[in-house]
Amino acid sequence: MPKEFEFEKSIIELEARISELQVISESGKVDLSREIQAITEKVEALKIEVYGSLEPWQIAQVARHINRPSTLDLIKIICGDEFVELHGDRLFGDDSAIVSGLGRMGNHKVMIIGHQKGHDTEENIYRNFGMPHPEGYRKALRMMRTAERFGLPIVIFIDTPGAFPGIGAEERGQSDAIARNLAEMSDIGVPILCFVTGEGGSGGALAIGIGDRVFMFEFSVYSVISAEGCAAILWNDPSKAKEAANALKLRASNLLEAGIIDGILPEPLGGSHRNHQRAAEEIVKQIEAHLPILKKMTREELIENRYKKFRSMGRFSCEEELENA
Amino acid sequence: MGWFDKLTRPRRDVPSDLWKKCTRCGEVLLIKDLAKNLYLCSKCDQHLRMPLWDRIALLSDDNSFVEVNREIRSVDPLKFVDSKSYGERLKESIAKTDVNEAVTTGRASIEGQPFMLGVMNFEFMGGSMGSVVGEKLTRILEVGADEKLPVIIVSASGGARMQEGIYSLMQMAKTSAAIKKLNRASVPYISIMTDPTTGGVSASFASLGDVNIAEPGALIGFAGPRVIEQTIRQKLPEGFQRAEFLLEHGMIDCVVHRRVLKSTLARILRYLNA
Repeated sequence: MPKEFEFEKSIIELEARISELQVISESGKVDLSREIQAITEKVEALKIEVYGSLEPWQIAQVARHINRPSTLDLIKIICGDEFVELHGDRLFGDDSAIVSGLGRMGNHKVMIIGHQKGHDTEENIYRNFGMPHPEGYRKALRMMRTAERFGLPIVIFIDTPGAFPGIGAEERGQSDAIARNLAEMSDIGVPILCFVTGEGGSGGALAIGIGDRVFMFEFSVYSVISAEGCAAILWNDPSKAKEAANALKLRASNLLEAGIIDGILPEPLGGSHRNHQRAAEEIVKQIEAHLPILKKMTREELIENRYKKFRSMGRFSCEEELENA
Repeated sequence: MGWFDKLTRPRRDVPSDLWKKCTRCGEVLLIKDLAKNLYLCSKCDQHLRMPLWDRIALLSDDNSFVEVNREIRSVDPLKFVDSKSYGERLKESIAKTDVNEAVTTGRASIEGQPFMLGVMNFEFMGGSMGSVVGEKLTRILEVGADEKLPVIIVSASGGARMQEGIYSLMQMAKTSAAIKKLNRASVPYISIMTDPTTGGVSASFASLGDVNIAEPGALIGFAGPRVIEQTIRQKLPEGFQRAEFLLEHGMIDCVVHRRVLKSTLARILRYLNA
């Protein structure tokens, strides 16, 4: 994963130029403030042009940028040292691709659960690139039941390429773990807020994605299959990922329109990897807006509303067939 | 073998309307014999894919099946086009299978006990789950909860239907939540996994039975074997993701031969059904 994309190369070059000029300027030998000002204006205009019109495929790349704020990055900014990480599924092990624990977000004590990716290769290998095994999903469910017992709302961060496809994962019941979470999350009697922060990769994302409110960041994606996977299966050609990304309608705006999510969190120009603080602030804003409403609901109301929310998802026709060519 | 033999020998690798080749031992089987033998290979007993209406006949008492929600049909919410449009693919599947979707649902009875039945059809776009499959299954699960009728779902699916994008993913959530409703009402749900049951179907309603049953030799798993091999770059062990492998790893309750499937289901329901 490159730290910069082809489409933002010129921006990054100009930004580097600004830094150089600033160093020279600060040394006091020459006043370059006018030149710096001119390039800065140029960069800002270019950013609006480039980032304002990203294609679905480019957004899918931004969504998995290696510097994108991870669950632990967001927790650190929002909860500081007050966060207590809790580990393990009590059945098999502790999956490092999903983290969980207790923290305070805004004015609320909450249980936090999220996929965890790394910011470099070593960390990514440790985190299995954010691809959970069954024990990760079972840990998440254990935390949700604990939260329910103590009346703590649940905040979930979704950012995974998908559930891990491997021998151990199959042996230990990847299907069972995902299915179980989908069923049990419809029966959790405390508020659940979900945020797709980066990649919403299929069943591996949905398995911790049954929320009373589901939000996506502007440059995140959420899809039944990755663009590459879809291209490989339908076109038999992974290089058709661009076309697949278009066809799958995996952007936040598509999902909002389809009634699958409740809102889009804005990102700074270029994406959240350029400003973690801002991403954290947007999350807290939504928590403060929605948790007070959800906390007033009874267990039964929460469960019934959540059922209705997901029950209504799908598009079909109910008419007897009239047309016959 | 010379070119002449090639011309005169029956082309056994191409199944015609009359022949089918056993997927395990390669034996060439007459379709009319297969239908009489529950689509079991007469040589090695492999459980071959059973056509929809044969399956319904196998699991329900004579003339007891009454289809529901036949009129629910797929639309093309994404205007999805790969090498063909989704609309065209649907039309072709409907023409080929003579049903409107990849699942057929209805009311039936089994040894006199009324129940709701859903049977997936692999011939219809690989049994993939889109909005209609999710909706039809959710409806029979809700009827089951309301009327205290047990539900049996027979799965045969490659997973979610990509052509419906995020809508198809959400069917996993919808069906699983409906099963939870059934659980709360203490109404039994039995899942039968046939060859193949993978992806989003395996990772939702198919794995959530009070009793999970698989047919012998059925391929069952979250990720397809090809995807796993590509990810881990090694060959998979013999028997990996087969019904017997899942039994050994504690993921299913039993592997049941097709000849005794109906009587086994009826017996389990007599125990669980109040």
